[in-house]
Amino acid sequence: MQQSTLNFIVIAITFALYIVIAVRSRAGSTKEYYTAGGGVSPFANGMATAADWMSAATFISMAGTVAISGYDAARFLMGWTGGFVLLSVLMVPYLRKFNQATVPDFIAERYYSKWARGVAVICALFICMTYIMGQMRGVGVVFSQLFGIGIPAGVLVGASIVFFYAGLGGMKGITYTQVAQYCVMVFAYTVPAIFIALALTGNVFPQLGLIGTVDSPEGPVPFLEKLNAINRELGFAEYTAGRLSTLNLFCITAALMCGTAGLPHVIVRFFTVKDVRAVRTSAAWTLAFIAVIYLTAPAIGAFSRVNLIEQLHGVSFEEVPSWYKQFEATGQMAWVDKNNDGRIQYFGPKKSEAGTHRVFLRKSPQFAANSLDDTPLVGAHGQRLLTNPVDTSNPNELFFGTDIMVMANPHMAGLPMWVIALLMAGCIAAALSTAAGLLLVLSTSISHDLMKKLLKPNLSDRQEVTCARTASFVALLVAAYFGINPPSAFIAKTVAFAFGLAASSFFPSLLMGVFTQRINRAGGISGMIVGMSFTLAYIIYFQFMGGSAEDYLWGISPEGIGCIGMLLNFAVAFAVSFWTRPTPQKVKEMVASIHVPNQSGPAQSH
Amino acid sequence: MNADKSTPRGYRKAVRRTTLLALFLWFFVSFFCSILARDYLDAHFPAIGHAPFGFWMAQQGSILSFVCILCAYAFRMNRLDRLYGYTDQ
Repeated sequence: MQQSTLNFIVIAITFALYIVIAVRSRAGSTKEYYTAGGGVSPFANGMATAADWMSAATFISMAGTVAISGYDAARFLMGWTGGFVLLSVLMVPYLRKFNQATVPDFIAERYYSKWARGVAVICALFICMTYIMGQMRGVGVVFSQLFGIGIPAGVLVGASIVFFYAGLGGMKGITYTQVAQYCVMVFAYTVPAIFIALALTGNVFPQLGLIGTVDSPEGPVPFLEKLNAINRELGFAEYTAGRLSTLNLFCITAALMCGTAGLPHVIVRFFTVKDVRAVRTSAAWTLAFIAVIYLTAPAIGAFSRVNLIEQLHGVSFEEVPSWYKQFEATGQMAWVDKNNDGRIQYFGPKKSEAGTHRVFLRKSPQFAANSLDDTPLVGAHGQRLLTNPVDTSNPNELFFGTDIMVMANPHMAGLPMWVIALLMAGCIAAALSTAAGLLLVLSTSISHDLMKKLLKPNLSDRQEVTCARTASFVALLVAAYFGINPPSAFIAKTVAFAFGLAASSFFPSLLMGVFTQRINRAGGISGMIVGMSFTLAYIIYFQFMGGSAEDYLWGISPEGIGCIGMLLNFAVAFAVSFWTRPTPQKVKEMVASIHVPNQSGPAQSH
Repeated sequence: MNADKSTPRGYRKAVRRTTLLALFLWFFVSFFCSILARDYLDAHFPAIGHAPFGFWMAQQGSILSFVCILCAYAFRMNRLDRLYGYTDQ
């Protein structure tokens, strides 16, 4: 059987499964649409939240990022898991007790103001929109590779599937679909890793392989030792050494953690379970399910880096493994024969005077094509030629995207075809589950917070659900548009945006809202505005207006500035609250009530 | 301690202790072990398998610890709710 047929069969089966689940559990009322009626089991919700959290970018690119940055990747590994400790210790049990549909609901009531809701809605829309664009792109890329259709068609197919089950099924529909998607994802991620760990280190568990030994002519050597030696030899920094300053690494990790704890689409997931006790159990399950993937990623990254270098570095292009051509065809790999010896050389920044290892100028490879019949132009050794100007300041000849580490992994390790088909299905599951979750928060923010609570208070329950479906349709169209025409410089930088924004606005405002009665309307709103505008201004200045890295505040890069924005938010909120009128009694009572974990208060006889 | 049992004040105190302990452990394993004290731990602590201690904490150990912290937190808090009678049944 051909690989493409097998891919098609596996994906068709998983799709049929998702759609059957979505149809069987579609939502009828607003309560079911927003929070699945509040009756999902902690275990199922944990799985669904984990699927929601694992985006296409995490699934495809994270292992590659770890492979490139070694120790420094700890900021992502810890930031995106440690945030769940903050989330479940400080946030979700209390917000669940508050018992409303959305995060802006809490902000609006706690800071007793429509303005607060307005600011919160704008933040929520912005965070979700930036995220969902990347997902649509991811779906489009996978579909186009699968069926040989263009990326625009791929994006549209993906968008209509997401609309079908998120728009119609609501929270109830997507929760149960995400459970299935998590299973597909985790299987697709760990099976190749296990095979590779076995082949490379003889260990069944990739995590143990990473800290184990490998055979060499001089007897067994520690795997990390081997990787460090390869990196040294090729002119990269040692794998276990870090390059970021301690303060910068600290701030980025903190910003990612606090950002995670303030992301509205993660918080609302915990509104779907029965009560506060179920929220705590569910949060523990969620992190356990996420950890399965996050603990595997460093192992995949390290293994595939070794595999990639061993199979390509110093190899003559005529003998290049067949998978290389496949990824060259999609523009994810490219080779420029700088020294005209017909062999691939892969070198790091320390091998050149300039301290760079760029193969060519511009971000992605642009292949040259014959102007008459549009066939690709090939060089003396069969490689595709590029139109990019060659960067001659360094000897590195090999370009590859970070996605390679996961996508080419089964090819590099020579795994059977069904593993590759599974990986494709996992990839699509990751993109669809995240896109569906985000779409739901987007449509809720528009229909519930914007329409019902701010613009048209007399909307009926039924009209509200219709409005939510319309909103999700419109949001999806916008996301699909940006998926087809990505503002490419923008998407790569949106991680800093989304997390910086969540860390400097939602996280501190929710935290102060839950744990102090002191912070009042003026304090809460001004803190949110100051923290958010400082963070936005810093990111925009350094990411889009060409601010140079030497001018960073204390050497903190834009990814980590949300941490400082958060401190500013706290400081301003406390200062302003101190000088203005105290919080009304009613709000104080509300804050006290969310700390009582049940409905009826403590039992009398005990 | 006994006078505090089954009063809302005792409950709040126990909850605060649990929360602060969870946050302390969270900070300790991530920011302290994996970032601030990483070089010292690499040099002076026994390696995990063949990985230096601080490096292993940053890539694997902290994530495992987070899971343990959350499981213990959920177990302890749900037990407190039951002990102090904060259940709806």
